[in-house]
Amino acid sequence: MAAFKLPYLATAALSGALFGAGLYVSQMVDPFKVLRFLDFTAIPTGGWDPSLAFVIVPAIVVMFIAVQIGNRRTAPLFDKAFNTPTNTKIDAPLVGGAALFGIGWGMSGICPGPAISLIAFVPDNLWIFLATMAIGSFIGSLVMSNTRTQKLADA
Amino acid sequence: MESFSPLSAALGGSLIGLAAAVLWLGNGRIAGISGIFGHLLPPVQSAVWRLVFLVALVLAAFVAAKLFPQLGVGGVEPPRLVEAPAAWGIPTPIWLGIAGLLIGVGTRIGNGCTSGHGVCGLARLSVRSLVAVVVFFGVAIITVTVTGVV
Repeated sequence: MAAFKLPYLATAALSGALFGAGLYVSQMVDPFKVLRFLDFTAIPTGGWDPSLAFVIVPAIVVMFIAVQIGNRRTAPLFDKAFNTPTNTKIDAPLVGGAALFGIGWGMSGICPGPAISLIAFVPDNLWIFLATMAIGSFIGSLVMSNTRTQKLADA
Repeated sequence: MESFSPLSAALGGSLIGLAAAVLWLGNGRIAGISGIFGHLLPPVQSAVWRLVFLVALVLAAFVAAKLFPQLGVGGVEPPRLVEAPAAWGIPTPIWLGIAGLLIGVGTRIGNGCTSGHGVCGLARLSVRSLVAVVVFFGVAIITVTVTGVV
């Protein structure tokens, strides 16, 4: 199975390393910098920090090019097929989930990538945050599997 | 605007894009951190590469901070998490616990976060991801204003 071969795991390590370096270099490891972007009330006073937009746009552009390259290939280098997301539905779990995430992100200035990268710096209360994020993800998986089971039962 | 840092932001953002590109063209996987993290937990599906990815992410953030400490937080300045706004009368650990719980549940049922929907989804021109991005940015901006966390 591809998932246990060395090139596959080395690729995962390289990608993770680039991601972690990018989070530090862009200073997205700093929850206060993220909050200075999300705080639109600071726009009139000149205290707004648009840096986050300058992080995400180049990231999207680089990935867009990779997607175009991938579209001309039948498979990635180290696996049999691209794991292209197949769900295209705009439904209540998508919108509701994004809204719940938005509340948590606005309360803390931390989204999952920076949350993990902060393990490198262990600020106070990080473990509580990571533990509850893990518990939340597990609760979410139960909610989603119940929804799916219900749909199968209805069908 | 004193904290605005377009150059380091764009350089860091390009590295994040490159990370997503490497995982996509190499392994055919979406670099969505909430998914990579969430699927380490039960029910576990091939947790090994996810663990390798996350450990490399933490180590690289640590090493980058040692190599380029002048960039700021994590380098010369220790990172801090927010404190609960005094007006809410909630202890900070509980405030952060609620935030973590909402982020965990929300990214799982919404199937993505800033990296999965924001970077990878928008790059794939996914309408589903665009809706998610508009909702979570919009709600986060409103939440910052309502809670007064900064």
